[in-house]
Amino acid sequence: MINFALSDEQNEIKETAMKFARNEMMPKAQLHDQTGEFPKSIISKAWELGLINTCIPSEHGGVGFSHLDATIITECLAYGCMGMNTSIMSNDLALLPIVIAGTHEQKEKFLRPFTENYNIASFCLTEPSNGSDAGGIKTLIKEDGDHYVINGQKMWITNAGFANLFVLYGTMDPSKKHSGICAIIIEPDRAGIEIGKPEKKMGHRCSDTRAITFKNVRVPKSNLLGKPGEGWKIAMKTLDHSRPLIASSALGGSQCAYDHSVRYSKERIQFDTPIANHQAIQFMLAEMAMKIESGRLLIQKAAWLLDQGLPNTQCASMAKAYASDSCMQITTDAVQIFGGYGYSPEYPVEKLMRDAKLLQIYEGTSQIQRLIIAREILR
Amino acid sequence: MDIFVCIKQVPDTETKVVPTKDGNFIETSSIKWIMNPYDEFAVEQALLVKAANPSATVTVLRVGSLQSSEALRTALAMGADEAVLVEAQDNLDSYMTAKALKIAIEKTGKKPALILSGKQAIDSDALQVPQLLAQMLDMPSVSVIVGFEMSGEQIVVKREIEGGALEVYELTTPCVLSCNKGLNSPRYASLPGIMKAKKKPLTQHKLADLGVTDADRKVVYSAFKLPPEKAAGKVFDASDESVQANVAKQVVGLLRTEAKVL
Repeated sequence: MINFALSDEQNEIKETAMKFARNEMMPKAQLHDQTGEFPKSIISKAWELGLINTCIPSEHGGVGFSHLDATIITECLAYGCMGMNTSIMSNDLALLPIVIAGTHEQKEKFLRPFTENYNIASFCLTEPSNGSDAGGIKTLIKEDGDHYVINGQKMWITNAGFANLFVLYGTMDPSKKHSGICAIIIEPDRAGIEIGKPEKKMGHRCSDTRAITFKNVRVPKSNLLGKPGEGWKIAMKTLDHSRPLIASSALGGSQCAYDHSVRYSKERIQFDTPIANHQAIQFMLAEMAMKIESGRLLIQKAAWLLDQGLPNTQCASMAKAYASDSCMQITTDAVQIFGGYGYSPEYPVEKLMRDAKLLQIYEGTSQIQRLIIAREILR
Repeated sequence: MDIFVCIKQVPDTETKVVPTKDGNFIETSSIKWIMNPYDEFAVEQALLVKAANPSATVTVLRVGSLQSSEALRTALAMGADEAVLVEAQDNLDSYMTAKALKIAIEKTGKKPALILSGKQAIDSDALQVPQLLAQMLDMPSVSVIVGFEMSGEQIVVKREIEGGALEVYELTTPCVLSCNKGLNSPRYASLPGIMKAKKKPLTQHKLADLGVTDADRKVVYSAFKLPPEKAAGKVFDASDESVQANVAKQVVGLLRTEAKVL
């Protein structure tokens, strides 16, 4: 009934993803954090190996991964660099609405190119004045003959400067709140799209983050996902799929911070003995290990539920909130274990602590996750 | 053209090796196994030859325990066409391994044009199997190659010798070559490759079915021991210039009487 063993293929996938994280991502993570340069060649190499766009089904050219497979891959890539992983995962976040709600033609037209070449996609939901209150988005989608005309501004859009495709959420009627929301695919070469400058950020510095302004952007009606007004439903389903992945990113970051901490505490001598022999350090390491183990189980269950076709909203939110809050605590303690060295960019853990913070914010803050969990409990 | 690659599964380089209680071998139950790193160069070279000769086939062979067939699966995921596993204990000697490989190759019914392997396995470090195999198959062999060029049946290989100089050999197929770091950069097993690997043929033999028995054993492992722990070094305080001559004398004395290196 219960089996915690990964399959042979899953172990192999993990092996390749981890090898890639260690050999290709980790050696460059610090540099890209300092320069903020988008790691295009690294991500393109990841694409060649099939490590990205894990959500594309095999009938549209994807490898055909389960949700559990995808969480394994994401954990490894985040271990390599949480920032690079954000740019990698952003593709899945943007393509998932097409996987979930697209027609066969839309999937062939928009998903297949991602399996043939390294393409980049951006998910455009957040606006300057609407983050957690996503139901209140103001970007307008107006009918005009066989086209929709889009007007509005989007904020904190990952990969915006490099995107080959946008999936945007807007409203046909703000007074209708959630039931007015629509999801639409926009090609970046359409007239009226203005992409802002890269934002400066505390962490995830190499992932490209910008504002986008849409001014009378005309898009054919065939680009609409689902029916008018189904956007909110699509967005929520997308998040059910993507939250276990965000949780896995946090887990990868946690595992990395933990591994650094275990290694360092065996090397660092204070009071004539490795600090690993001091109970104060042992307690922190034990706490980290507990959080990592339990977080991984929650993530695997959230992914397993999806793979079984069962509702996973509550479990996905639990995984997301727990793993990202844990990541913040674990990376903070890692800096503590490294002491003064931990506070210096010469050592890897301060970057991890800065990167961890974003995981409690994007794709539903830790507080929003708790609201969702409570709503599910009290329904 | 049929290419064979002999690979070994070895403990991950970060493994803490522990001898078994009876001292006859190492504890293998908790080991994480990987493909011998030098064998990755052999697999890559075979795949490069295959890429240039689309009709070529690549068969990977391994002699060893069943516990996990990680290394063979990795080779299939990298792009090899089929795999052969000779199920045996992990403590065979080089001769038994070479004999098992020879018979397993013959059993495929294919005519090997090229047999590749890593120059050595990083666990036993014997550096013998490729040469023994070449002898048994009566094929020419060059070891520790760092360069490879093939046109038709002609192969030119380079071999690094002391001082960084290169020896250049010309030979014709069939032959046995053992590969060193620097020959190529092994590819990663891609994820689509991993998913495809499970559909590729894997043939299994038992060691006894190939006629290899304990009577073939040339080397018996009698004891595995961890190296003795290094004692802490002696520190001499010579910060004060006036005592330096005396300290030097003391050190030389100890090197003579205690360490016995002078």
